Amino acid sequence: MIRDIFRKNQKKKYATIPTEKAKNDVPEGIMVKCPECRKNVFTKDLMKNLKVCPTCDHHMKMTAHERVEIFLDENTFESMDDHLETVNPLNFPSYTEKIKSDAKKTGLNEAVLTGVGQLDGQKVVVAIMDSHFRMGSMGSVVGEKITRAIEKATQLQVPFIIFTASGGARMQEGVLSLMQMAKTSVALRRHSDHGLLYISILTHPTTGGVSASFASVGDINIAEPKALIGFAGRRVIEQTVREKLPEDFQTAEFLMDHGQLDAVIHRKDMREKVATLVQMHMNKEVSTW
Amino acid sequence: MVKTMPFEEPVVQLKAKIEELKEYTVSAEVDLTAEIKNLEKRLHKLEQEIYENMEPWDRVQVARHPSRPTTRDYIQLLFTDFIELHGDRLYGDDAAIIGGIALFDGKPITIIGHQRGIDTKENIKRNFGMPHPEGYRKALRLMKQAEKFNRPIICFIDTKGAYPGKAAEERGQSEAIARNLVEMAGLKVPVISVVIGEGGSGGALALGVANHIHMLENSTYSVISPEGAASILWKDASLAKQAAEAMKITAPDLKKMNIIDGVIREVYGGAHRDSEAQATYMKDVLINSLRELSKLSAEELIEARYNKFKHMGEYNE
Repeated sequence: MIRDIFRKNQKKKYATIPTEKAKNDVPEGIMVKCPECRKNVFTKDLMKNLKVCPTCDHHMKMTAHERVEIFLDENTFESMDDHLETVNPLNFPSYTEKIKSDAKKTGLNEAVLTGVGQLDGQKVVVAIMDSHFRMGSMGSVVGEKITRAIEKATQLQVPFIIFTASGGARMQEGVLSLMQMAKTSVALRRHSDHGLLYISILTHPTTGGVSASFASVGDINIAEPKALIGFAGRRVIEQTVREKLPEDFQTAEFLMDHGQLDAVIHRKDMREKVATLVQMHMNKEVSTW
Repeated sequence: MVKTMPFEEPVVQLKAKIEELKEYTVSAEVDLTAEIKNLEKRLHKLEQEIYENMEPWDRVQVARHPSRPTTRDYIQLLFTDFIELHGDRLYGDDAAIIGGIALFDGKPITIIGHQRGIDTKENIKRNFGMPHPEGYRKALRLMKQAEKFNRPIICFIDTKGAYPGKAAEERGQSEAIARNLVEMAGLKVPVISVVIGEGGSGGALALGVANHIHMLENSTYSVISPEGAASILWKDASLAKQAAEAMKITAPDLKKMNIIDGVIREVYGGAHRDSEAQATYMKDVLINSLRELSKLSAEELIEARYNKFKHMGEYNE
């Protein structure tokens, strides 16, 4: 009978749990699901497209090493201060283990990768934050690495460029984390007083103590499209002001409308545009005509 | 079809007549070459007569012509690698003023200018080129940035005035303009301003405390619009034409009064007739100014700006 067709499933009195093997039907690493439009993309294609979703143009998170690869001239990057080690100053439970596991996962000693490299033939110092490491949060080592990178740029008399990606200050190091905001700032002030260029490139997400310190004070502030940038989290604000926030609240575009950014630049244009900007800032004196 | 203005009506009519005759020559196979030549000669003379004897009010019309080249047009025609920078880092990004860095003759320069729209939609976005305080604060931020990196600054002035609105007052329109005047006085790099359209009052001056001030031949620079002056002085805005004459707002008048350094000649009939040629005229002037100013030290530039504005004003003692 026709009815039996519909009953067929009801008769099934057991649940199926796919085996481990079946679960990995699409072997890990071959395809990636875009977190925005939920379409699957081949990992190979995605990397060619600079980790930008070909369907919806969503800029996915990148690791620090991937950024080095797409941003700097080939084989010019030399990393700095990879030997610095995070300690557990407040004896926070399981903090050290978490750091160790993230270090293993990312191949970084902390949530930022710093070093000297060339951008279209011009020497620059870069710092690239990696949100895969403790959400890019800033503790003593992140602050120290960024500060040393800024000092290196001052010493070499070259521009300093940072890619920010951070949830903010690192809770597990308490007030020490807070002070990294000030530490990086005093170094930036010196760099600036030498008439040197600082470009801050804000990527998804840049929030809290990082957005409230070095990320926001570039001579030029740039963001990637749709990047989440803000001080306090959306939920905190909604609970405080007791009103619903607009959809585009704290996006890069929202910030540009509100005067906080110089430009929003697509990832595929970033290298070229920033290289041009650096080129335009190499003059030490007014040019003669 | 370019919008024509009343004072150039005879030229337009004559041009139409010539076109008509030309067409007729083709369709009716009659040889009218001699007549056409004659008329063309007359047209040339008429153009000279009209365009070289423009009344102030005629110039106001040209300055307000909807297709008159804007800041953005000159940026495209004069500079390369322009990167627009947005925002005052305080409140917002005012689309009525645009600014950024570009290369001029291969050398970096900061450009700032009023920007009106070319159609209604864009005019709404750009508030008809009438800035809010955030526009002036963005301009100042870019000037300070130029100063830090030793870039000369070129400002294009093209506004009816700073926007007279509630929000503008709340955010300190006066303070924003005043701050620019004071800060521009102290800039350590060469500053050149060019009035390219209407230079309306304080809203224009806030980009105008420069070492050299140039004006396009058919632009105006004034403390108030002719309409505004007429309605204040004579309680009748329709007397704008008389006010335009009385107030001395055209480039040639201001040159005579030593308010500006130079008049940039315009193509016949106004810059809108050939913006590329107009940009070339402007380029020569800008390069000359930069040549002169780049020889001066920071102190000399500031001193020169001080002396320039110190001597403006007339009185008996």
